[in-house]
Amino acid sequence: MTWRNTLVGALAFAVVASAAVVLPAWLMSLATIALANALVVLGLIILWRAGLVPFGQALFYATGAYTVALLGRFTDLRDAVLFVIAAALLSGILAYLVGLLLARYRDIFFAMLSLAMSMILYGVLVKTETLGSTDGFHVESATFFGSALHGRTAELVLFWFVLAWCALAALVVSVYFRSVAGSLAVPVREREIRLEFLGISVNRLIHLKLIIAGTLAGIGGALAALAVEHVDPTMAYWTTSGGFVFVTILAGAGSIAAAFIGSFLFELVRSVAVDLMPGTWQIILGTVLLLTILFLPGGLGSVVTVGRRRLGIKTP
Amino acid sequence: MSAILSVRGLEKTFGSVVAARDITLDVPRQQSIGIIGANGAGKTTFVNMITGYLRPSKGSILFEDRDITGLPSRAITRLGIARSFQVAQVFPSLTVDENVAAAVAVARTRASLLMSAITPLASAPATAEAEELMTLFQLGDYRNARAATLPQGVRKLLDIAMALVGAPRVLLLDEPTSGISIEEKFAVMELIMTALASRRTTVLFVEHDMEIVARYAERVLAFHDGTVIADGPPTQALADPTVQTLICGTAPLGVAAGEVLHAQGLRS
Amino acid sequence: MLTAFAILTDGLVYAAYLFVVAIGLSLIFGVMKILNVTHGSFYAFGAYGAAIAVGAYFNADYAAAGGFLLMGVVAIVVGLVLGLLIERGLLRVVYGRDEVVVVLVTYSAFLILEDVLRLLWGTESYALYQPLAIGGNVMVGGLVLSGYDIGLVVFAIVLAFAASYALRHTRYGRLLTVVIFDRELAAAFGINVSVMYTVTFVLGAILGALGGAVMAPKIAVTLGIGVEVIVLAFAVVIIGGLGSIEGALIGALIVGTCRAAAVHLVPQLELFVIYAVMALVLVFRPYGLFTRAQPRKI
Repeated sequence: MTWRNTLVGALAFAVVASAAVVLPAWLMSLATIALANALVVLGLIILWRAGLVPFGQALFYATGAYTVALLGRFTDLRDAVLFVIAAALLSGILAYLVGLLLARYRDIFFAMLSLAMSMILYGVLVKTETLGSTDGFHVESATFFGSALHGRTAELVLFWFVLAWCALAALVVSVYFRSVAGSLAVPVREREIRLEFLGISVNRLIHLKLIIAGTLAGIGGALAALAVEHVDPTMAYWTTSGGFVFVTILAGAGSIAAAFIGSFLFELVRSVAVDLMPGTWQIILGTVLLLTILFLPGGLGSVVTVGRRRLGIKTP
Repeated sequence: MSAILSVRGLEKTFGSVVAARDITLDVPRQQSIGIIGANGAGKTTFVNMITGYLRPSKGSILFEDRDITGLPSRAITRLGIARSFQVAQVFPSLTVDENVAAAVAVARTRASLLMSAITPLASAPATAEAEELMTLFQLGDYRNARAATLPQGVRKLLDIAMALVGAPRVLLLDEPTSGISIEEKFAVMELIMTALASRRTTVLFVEHDMEIVARYAERVLAFHDGTVIADGPPTQALADPTVQTLICGTAPLGVAAGEVLHAQGLRS
Repeated sequence: MLTAFAILTDGLVYAAYLFVVAIGLSLIFGVMKILNVTHGSFYAFGAYGAAIAVGAYFNADYAAAGGFLLMGVVAIVVGLVLGLLIERGLLRVVYGRDEVVVVLVTYSAFLILEDVLRLLWGTESYALYQPLAIGGNVMVGGLVLSGYDIGLVVFAIVLAFAASYALRHTRYGRLLTVVIFDRELAAAFGINVSVMYTVTFVLGAILGALGGAVMAPKIAVTLGIGVEVIVLAFAVVIIGGLGSIEGALIGALIVGTCRAAAVHLVPQLELFVIYAVMALVLVFRPYGLFTRAQPRKI
């Protein structure tokens, strides 16, 4: 069963990768951003399964993005792989440090403390001249395996690059979901005390989830910075976090694929709404979120599950 | 016979309230101990201190000659002391199967978080232990039922089965038969004690029903006002005049002393 | 010395306005256990409402006192309409669900209301300058203080006392205390918890709108003010401890003073300081300064 899932996943990534060749430029750049953001959502799904909603995940997103931007600005490094690995490491370490504190909290206190952490970074970014203050700054183009690319080739390679990271992340997260620690999400949400008396530390389980989610968000931020070629403090603002939470609830905690599909739909609807009905984007956002919470508590992913059950197909 | 568990001068205060004081006792291996006492006598406080849920204000607890005073509950569990709860603490939206599987998985990886993050949940030996416990506690019929929908008695059995994962040497049961109908109580207790005997587990159980205590305890600890006022075999401890007036008379299902002794007589 | 005095007065003024906003948020949380993101919208609607209605009033050259009264009226209207709409129409459906889910519901409503603001009043910014002009200036110890600011501080103090008095000595206040203490117990005693919720939410909404109305003369009323204020109000109530008047007051004073100090001494750290203080408080008092953690029972 799991092998079939992995195969389907690999196939899906392969199809998307080849489809990229014929994608129009606007759709490709939209998809690139959507994929980068999907990594953040993937991390949030890990936390959401355990009942935790951080309202400050943008902290790690911005950390990843600024890592790439600053490396490009202050060093001679230009390698994209190196950029992303540096961003992953840095945001992972930050998540470890923040997690030392955050893992002790639950419910809204978890949400609010996480929010405070991201607002601290926002406060620093907005007011620091060398970090570009409110306007942020331009991100140097990265090189891929030693060669600088331009035009359509650059866009295509960047898309594949982002896609490759997504495939890797999806694989890692699916291994985690099937592991002992990953399967304990519902127990963490429902009965911490039983887990403690089975001999495992719930705080440490949550800390691990935070580190994984933070690292994913950092990678997402780094990739987004490479795609947009610009960073600014709003990447750390609470509304950015709110957007990620939105996609997470929309996607649901059920499946990895939902994170990518949800993120893509989000970007698509946003670009359409901003073009055709300016000033109503947030109304759409709020209404969809409301409807999801009220009528589809399991998110988009649960539609698939319910559908399968109706058709008599056993869900993996 | 050396003691598996030794308690010395244990005391717990909450502000000016003394919940437990002056508790000193030794528990030999494989003994089965009934803990009795009125509500608020300090029984659960005692259990909570042994299992690390509460930190003692004074005194020490030795388990297999190792000082475990003040360790967090998960560390104490890892060393080999498990417990069940007055209200069963199971994962309500998981099935019985999944509950036991989760317990087994945790027990197998609890030493290392990293191991637990890469060990797949479904691995063969884990299933074997789960099966054994399911049979022992007759949970087979409920396999796919969500824990939230289980009858009270079955939920308590599940709670205890989960506590037994990883073969703890000492098990503390906090009112294992509370909330279970009188007719079923003995059947449930019989099941529990048989399972524990087959696993050679030392057991301390808090119980209000004197008949059950008389039948299943080799030794009785009578708590009153935070401390142990009688400690000995049931025939002796339950017949103690102080225990008679203070505890047996006030127990929710108070049983006349004669009946208790009668039950004891039937047993031996 | 002058800086210290300036920090103190600025801090006090800022704290006064934060308190008015935060007390409503805290009230709603204390009674309903809902962290209400929509509070930012109440604030924004209060500010827009005041800027437009009160501005028109002053332009028509009516008596000045009426203008200040009108601020209150605007707040009551906004609070009544939006409060009833959100509580009756939305929250009612999700009572009993996870705290976090309810936060998300209020977040959705907040997003929707943000665009409603835009549709109603566009993207331009409104200024309500008359109240400050009417309030005039006062010289205190070499420092120019605005009369309006002094009035604001007095108003906040009166509000704090009034709220504390109402909670202890009025029928509603006492019933409320029971609901805060134990919802089920209150229901068992025959208190109509459902009505209490509605009244509380509307009251909280009015206070939120009032915060916006009194702040309108001091800011440019434009899109996004709700977004900013909500995270500040969160910081205030989290520092003080959710659901207590003293908490909201102390939280407002701490945030107000810290911000004023940062603005005068190290302007780069303005936002940083507020959230750093919040994080610091939570490290040592995980549930804020004025709440005691409830022990878990097993």
